Amino acid sequence: MALFQETSTQNRSDTVFKIITMSGAALILLLMAALFIQLFDSSWLSIRRFGLSFIYTNVWDPIRHIFGAASSIYGTLISTAIAMCIALPLGILIAMFLVELIPPAISKWIGAAIELLAAVPSIIYGMWGLFVFAPFMAAYVQPFMKHLFGDIGLFSGPPIGIGMLTAGIILAFMILPFITAVVRDVFAMVPAVVKESAHGMGSTLWEVTRQVTIRYGFQGIIGAAFLGLSRAIGETMAVTFVIGNSHRISTSLFAPANSITATLANEFSEASEPMYLSALIELGLLLFLLTFLIQVLAQFWLKRVKKSMGVQ
Amino acid sequence: MKKSFYLMLIAMAVLGSVVLFEGCSGKSGKNQLVTINGAGATFPYPVYSQWAHKYEKLTKVRLNYQSIGSGGGIAQIKAKTVDFGASDAPLKAQELEKNGLLQFPMVIGGVVPVYNLKGFKAGDIKLTGQNLADIYLGKIKKWNDAAIAVHNPELKLPDVAITTVHRADGSGTTWIFTNYLAKVSNEWQDKVGFGKAPAWPAANAVAGKGNEGVATFVKKVNGAIGYVEFAYALQNKMSYVRLQNKAGTFAVPSIESFQAAAANADWQHAQGYYLVLTDQPGEQTWPITGASFIIMYKEQKDGLHAERILSFFDWCYKHGSDLAVKLDYVPMPEKVVKLVEATWANEMTADGKPVWKKSNQE
Repeated sequence: MALFQETSTQNRSDTVFKIITMSGAALILLLMAALFIQLFDSSWLSIRRFGLSFIYTNVWDPIRHIFGAASSIYGTLISTAIAMCIALPLGILIAMFLVELIPPAISKWIGAAIELLAAVPSIIYGMWGLFVFAPFMAAYVQPFMKHLFGDIGLFSGPPIGIGMLTAGIILAFMILPFITAVVRDVFAMVPAVVKESAHGMGSTLWEVTRQVTIRYGFQGIIGAAFLGLSRAIGETMAVTFVIGNSHRISTSLFAPANSITATLANEFSEASEPMYLSALIELGLLLFLLTFLIQVLAQFWLKRVKKSMGVQ
Repeated sequence: MKKSFYLMLIAMAVLGSVVLFEGCSGKSGKNQLVTINGAGATFPYPVYSQWAHKYEKLTKVRLNYQSIGSGGGIAQIKAKTVDFGASDAPLKAQELEKNGLLQFPMVIGGVVPVYNLKGFKAGDIKLTGQNLADIYLGKIKKWNDAAIAVHNPELKLPDVAITTVHRADGSGTTWIFTNYLAKVSNEWQDKVGFGKAPAWPAANAVAGKGNEGVATFVKKVNGAIGYVEFAYALQNKMSYVRLQNKAGTFAVPSIESFQAAAANADWQHAQGYYLVLTDQPGEQTWPITGASFIIMYKEQKDGLHAERILSFFDWCYKHGSDLAVKLDYVPMPEKVVKLVEATWANEMTADGKPVWKKSNQE
């Protein structure tokens, strides 16, 4: 009898627990759906008015109520791409160094420092970017690049230090700790016995790293990359400080540009007309969809990669 | 009801804080603080907050003013979440009419082009309005352009690219500035027009949020030119340019040159006080001058509260001049104050009764 009772309470508590956790999980889906519906609903005015041209035209004219977000979308994509091009290889190199090449005692300290860096609020990066890094870019880096590559194309325009390239580099600094920390953990999880066997077969350190460690940890590296990517794409404050907030598409990396998040941060509080507000919310919707798309692609790609690399 | 979500969010936040406030101050104690809520323009914020500070000490009436920008101020008064809105850009008479609003000018200030060019100080460089428009149109690209050099024969201007800096957020300061450019340049009027957030045409343009954002970019980039409100330029010791006015003199921004701009203004015949003080006549006049406006509903729910608000503004008009001048704003001339208070008496009502009695005017 006593036994039976206990099972019954256990059952009941299990059921309650199940319901609580389930409603927690359902809440996530509900929130996402609600967010999407609200964004869509609020941007309907702008969607109906501009249709698809909102995405590919580049006019941002709140006076005449004509909005096309190409410059913001372009800025978001390019600045994120610059950040990824810098941060991913660098992150992998640092992680490799931490795991393979230095004594664990020192590695632990550096690792802690990296995690601290990841915790720095983005506005600090933004202020540092504007007050220290942008003048440095203007005085040294950009003139040097001009000297090296000539004053054309990607490097044309006056070196003012504020613009797409600076924003991309600041973003790279911001996501570097994330990528490094994750990749380091991934590398550290590669079983020692696998690496040792490779060494035992006469592989050099480079061969082991390339063919064992990276291969083994590939899935984790992709994961780290997407973590960095999703942080970079939604980053607001740091970008707003240094990107220049100009609604123009320029071939030059030195030119001021804009991003979806920077546009929202700058213009939301002053958008009093319905169409203006609606266009801004549509920008938010686009960002939402973009992140969603990236996640889906990531999952999809990961699956394919898993198959072709033969990693379980 | 699509647009209303965010408005509601703002409204709820404001209402929430109001309710909290009421809850804290309570209606029990008669000696407790009474709060007036306002929101809007950042341009007059320093002087409003100084006035409010002093007025609170005298009367126990507190002003809670959020400097969220002119556009936000108009949105909030329309959403009825505040007692008054403040805007640097006046509303047109028909828009006031449509919404049952009235507006009046509170204080006058100036917008000043500031620049950063190695080796040059405040007032060194002289520009015409046409120059300024062409710079912001992207037609004048370098500081040693012949069009600039012609007005500055005594200077050796360097071969440095001009970076224009403008406001990234919609702003009354921008409204006044572009209003001026549209008046002095037909091309600007046709291509860009004027407003709180126009589509800026120059290729080498950077935008910062708020006066401080613009100021920071100007200070950080050699060859940059931007525009900020006068008080801000002064307090931060920024280099201003001298600007040619309608009379042909290259004016220096100062209280006197703003006053000169305001002196000739015909407030009497400006419907709904829609009057922009840019490009005014006068030998001394600073050409980019503007008034900042207060916007309220004609039909007030609580007559007593409305009278309290007007009493505050009345006090500002009559006793706030010194404070305003100290902060580099121009107080409204006495005859304009008379006009405004007559408007209060004639147009603002609560339950059909006028809120402001003529007798209130000492």
